[in-house]
Amino acid sequence: MGLVSWLIALPLLTAAAVAAVPARRWRMIRWIAAAGTGAHLILTAATTVLFWQAAAPDAAAMEGALHTKLYLVEQAPWFKPLGIQYYVGVDGLSVSMTILTSIIIFTGVLASWDVATRTKEFFVLLLVLVTGVFGVFLSFDLFLFFMFYELAVLPMYLLIGIWGTGPKEYAAMKLTLMLLVGSAFVLVGFLAVYHAAGLRTFDLLALGRAEFPSDFQKWVFPMIFVGFGVIGALYPLHTWSPDGHSSAPTAVSMLHAGVLMKLGGYGALRIAVYLLPEGAKAWALLFMVLTTINILYGSFAAIVQKDLKYFTAYSSVSHCGFVLFGVASLNFMGLKGAVIQMFSHGIMTGLFFGLIGMVYSRTHSRMIPEMGGLGKVMPWLATAFYLAGLASLGLPGLSGFVAETHVFLGGFFGNPWVDAAVARTLTVIATLSIVVTAVYVLRGLATVFQGPIVNPGFERLTDATWNERIATGLLVAVLVVVGLAPWPFIALIKGALMPLLNRVYQ
Amino acid sequence: MPDLPLALQFAWLIPALPFAAFIAVGLGVSPLSKRAAGLVATLAVAAAALCAWLVAWEYYGLYPPDAAHPAIVVWSFEWLPYDAGLSASAGVLLDPIAVLLLVVVTTVSALIHVYSIGYMGGDPGYGRFFTYMNLFTFSMLGLVVAPNIIQMYVCWELVGLSSFLLIGFYYSKPEAVAAAKKAFIVTRFADLGFLIGILLLGFHGHASFAELAPAIAPEAAAQGVANLQAFDFHYLTHPEVLARLQAASVPFLGLSLLTLAMVLVFMGAAGKSAMFPLHIWLPDAMEGPTPVSALIHAATMVVAGVYLVARLMPAFAASGDALAVVMGVGVFTSLFAAVIAVTQDDIKRILAFSTLSQIGYMMLALGVCSPAHPLGYTAGMFHLATHAFFKALLFLCAGAVIHAVHSNNIWDMGGLARKMPITHAAFLAATLAIAGVWPFAGFFSKDEILLAAFSSGHTAVFAAALLVAGLTAFYMFRLYFVTFWGGHRGPHAAHAREAPAVMWVPLAALAAVSAVAGFVPIGSFVSWGEAHEVPHCIDLRIAIPATAIALLGFALAWRLYARDGAGAARAAAALGILYRTIKRKFYVDEAYLAVTKGFIFPYIARPIAWFDRHAVDGGVDLAGWITRTTGRLCRRLQTGQVQTYGVWFVGGILFVLLLLWAALA
Repeated sequence: MGLVSWLIALPLLTAAAVAAVPARRWRMIRWIAAAGTGAHLILTAATTVLFWQAAAPDAAAMEGALHTKLYLVEQAPWFKPLGIQYYVGVDGLSVSMTILTSIIIFTGVLASWDVATRTKEFFVLLLVLVTGVFGVFLSFDLFLFFMFYELAVLPMYLLIGIWGTGPKEYAAMKLTLMLLVGSAFVLVGFLAVYHAAGLRTFDLLALGRAEFPSDFQKWVFPMIFVGFGVIGALYPLHTWSPDGHSSAPTAVSMLHAGVLMKLGGYGALRIAVYLLPEGAKAWALLFMVLTTINILYGSFAAIVQKDLKYFTAYSSVSHCGFVLFGVASLNFMGLKGAVIQMFSHGIMTGLFFGLIGMVYSRTHSRMIPEMGGLGKVMPWLATAFYLAGLASLGLPGLSGFVAETHVFLGGFFGNPWVDAAVARTLTVIATLSIVVTAVYVLRGLATVFQGPIVNPGFERLTDATWNERIATGLLVAVLVVVGLAPWPFIALIKGALMPLLNRVYQ
Repeated sequence: MPDLPLALQFAWLIPALPFAAFIAVGLGVSPLSKRAAGLVATLAVAAAALCAWLVAWEYYGLYPPDAAHPAIVVWSFEWLPYDAGLSASAGVLLDPIAVLLLVVVTTVSALIHVYSIGYMGGDPGYGRFFTYMNLFTFSMLGLVVAPNIIQMYVCWELVGLSSFLLIGFYYSKPEAVAAAKKAFIVTRFADLGFLIGILLLGFHGHASFAELAPAIAPEAAAQGVANLQAFDFHYLTHPEVLARLQAASVPFLGLSLLTLAMVLVFMGAAGKSAMFPLHIWLPDAMEGPTPVSALIHAATMVVAGVYLVARLMPAFAASGDALAVVMGVGVFTSLFAAVIAVTQDDIKRILAFSTLSQIGYMMLALGVCSPAHPLGYTAGMFHLATHAFFKALLFLCAGAVIHAVHSNNIWDMGGLARKMPITHAAFLAATLAIAGVWPFAGFFSKDEILLAAFSSGHTAVFAAALLVAGLTAFYMFRLYFVTFWGGHRGPHAAHAREAPAVMWVPLAALAAVSAVAGFVPIGSFVSWGEAHEVPHCIDLRIAIPATAIALLGFALAWRLYARDGAGAARAAAALGILYRTIKRKFYVDEAYLAVTKGFIFPYIARPIAWFDRHAVDGGVDLAGWITRTTGRLCRRLQTGQVQTYGVWFVGGILFVLLLLWAALA
């Protein structure tokens, strides 16, 4: 078993280890989960280093390549008659998303330190879910991809339905059903591609070498893009997100907004744009328009939210709009911006939801107007919250700036398939969000953390505990590192993006 | 690049030192030791100031005064590779205005840091204060040395952040929080223009990059730009590039692309420099500790806009129309703010409006500039430098006074001249400087601006500038008389005491500079274009009317305020509604509130949120409802009851027979 298989198997093995411990020893369970995910972080670091070393000599060759190059590949037939295989490996895109997921699940476990009800089941489900996520990011067989994709979506129903808050059954049902509708679209698209290629294989890179007629691409592309768009919060299919995120327990919100929403952008790039570049061109305008709406609409809706989780969820709708906007702009800066935004938003929103959970566990409220002056009693959490907010409004020095300027430049430079004036107008409309975001972030955070302490009970609250400090500190550090030194991250993903671009422009 | 002197090679230390101190103080020093935090922060900025003076020395050693002064990039690395030809580097660019600003910013900031050690001594947020101050200084220095527009924008935003943190320093105080938010959001709104301007310049600059870059690159390489990019100032301000941008037109009012882009960039500059109508954040910004006000008003935040216009002067001048906008906004703001300053009662607020007015003056100077008459450029930068010193001094004196009387209201002060002699002397020096009295610094820089307006043929601008000079003398001496003369009015004025040495030594230093800085032959050091039309001597055509009107302002203030101010109250009452309108700052704040609170929130944000919950999400719920209802209806078909099945069976047969009959008939 190779390194990449370990990346997928480790969470599952951790889940098995958790399952083997008696439920009453819940303190031990969380330590096992932390150890497993911590080890995963190390494994991910090792993979990144190996990938970096292996890919560095190929950087020049990738400039003109039409297909991404995989490293650390493991391939084995699974069901020969249909051409299904176990096919995993990494390229720059998978590595970056794996790093993101590994960080989020580790910090998510630390943020769930106090889950005392059904601890065992909670961690088992969480770890199974994240296995699916890793599987999606690392597999290059469409069947395998889809299987992992479903594995990532379904445990969410139980996680929200059992450990959630508020109208949790409704939210869990809505989220799961909407995502399943999305995956139905994706599945139809996959099968269409499989049959149209006529190669009897689900191998993504082999399918990429098949010729798909332009008309075929024009109807399958929107199918797959919209299918992934549901989980990527594409307007107007985003409404599972505010309800789902606000009902979910902390770690689940972190994982869902931080990582699962990225499956949308990832699938759109990895599969829709890669396999169907002609379709991408034909639909670029529509998706630029929808994602512009996403960006601005989400930010305006966030202004008037009173619940911190709804506030962050709408902000996510706006920020995920950047991801798909970058994809739809179909140029190097746009695609790069989309990936950086996926990473940056993942970390940032993971931090947001983690912090909201931490604040909630102290104040037992998530309502912004009920809080005030918390910065005085919990300076650590307030600082981390502010850094997340500043990243969210695109402050230079934090990762959001790198992503947003890429996306804006990408949109402004546009592509030959969207009228230049339209692309630029849409981009200018999207830039308005930098002001609106500043308004809601500062209003929200200033109300919660600044001003006088509104409730005498708040005086006794305490600042972050050690596990919370590690979790938030790690996430903040990533935001700062990518923001201050963006070039290694860009070098990491560049090789995987050039082939996509070359295919669009060939 | 030829071998550079050591000081220039290490010029990156100037921004790096405050940055390192920001990290060190923020993360390590301040939790350990409060005293050390202030010391480390101050030493870092002082060391940066030393480096800046060395850099100035070496730069003018390399390129002597009165010779050509190229913009050299002494250090850079690729920071953010957007695309081929669109990389943004982080680097250090040195040219006369950068060197001038490095010296001014570090020196003023260092003195303010020293003062703050005393002023903030008893504050529980002492370490946090110095952390932010270092961030502020770093951001401004990074902006000053930016070799490309992206680094400019990056540091520009960081300046905005630092001001947010410092204005909201007393974060338990609702007014401070509100002021901080206001400052950040208003400047962010302005930065939207800057960002779109950058997108326009980047896109259209890049469009001709492949064609023009090969010709420009060797020239730029000789000035240290190893790998020319479309965002570099060396490219963006090159005449050929500007000619292309000027020739391109946009389908909007028939403007040239360059004009549109530069007006948008100027929007950013106007936001940071608090030009009308984006000035509303600055008067409220005094909610921060007084040293912060000094830093914002003198050396960092507000001059950033002036600096940006100066940095892009070739582009503004090539557009012409954009420069006219700069001039118009500058003239209007300087007059508008001076009129408001006459009516205010809060010492820091008066100084804030005076800053607006003086920054407007600098913009005006840059606005009257043209390749044929480049004096405005020199004059604007000169005034920026002298103003930095005397305005910092005014704020620090105000801080000392506020410290002593525990009030910001000038009518609580009075008679402080005897109680606080050093502060009084320093404040008087700064007042004389800002009023433009010979031989103080303001006299020279202000006269140069007047001369620039006059000699470039902008007579109306000259007249307005002269009027502002008179108003400035009036409101500054009003402030001076009410604060330092007359009897003790407020409850604490009688017990006021002189500030400690750590506070008055910086005052003395700044006062000394304010007194003599005018004699620097600035035209030999800072100039733009080839034409050196900078005679450094006093032009009597300007000096006589300027001095006369300043004396007039002084005399009026003396008449009205030197004793009790009763005459002034009568004058105010006589002016009635006009006076109240001015006192309420022409209701600009209220207009903003009407747009944001009265329109955007209730008519855009709330309907969108409602629409999302009810229309979009309603659609989702509707889909669920249809599914459920269909299921409920279909369920009636399968009840497990034989009788029901019988009814359906018979009914079905009858229905089919009916169909058959209908078809046959």
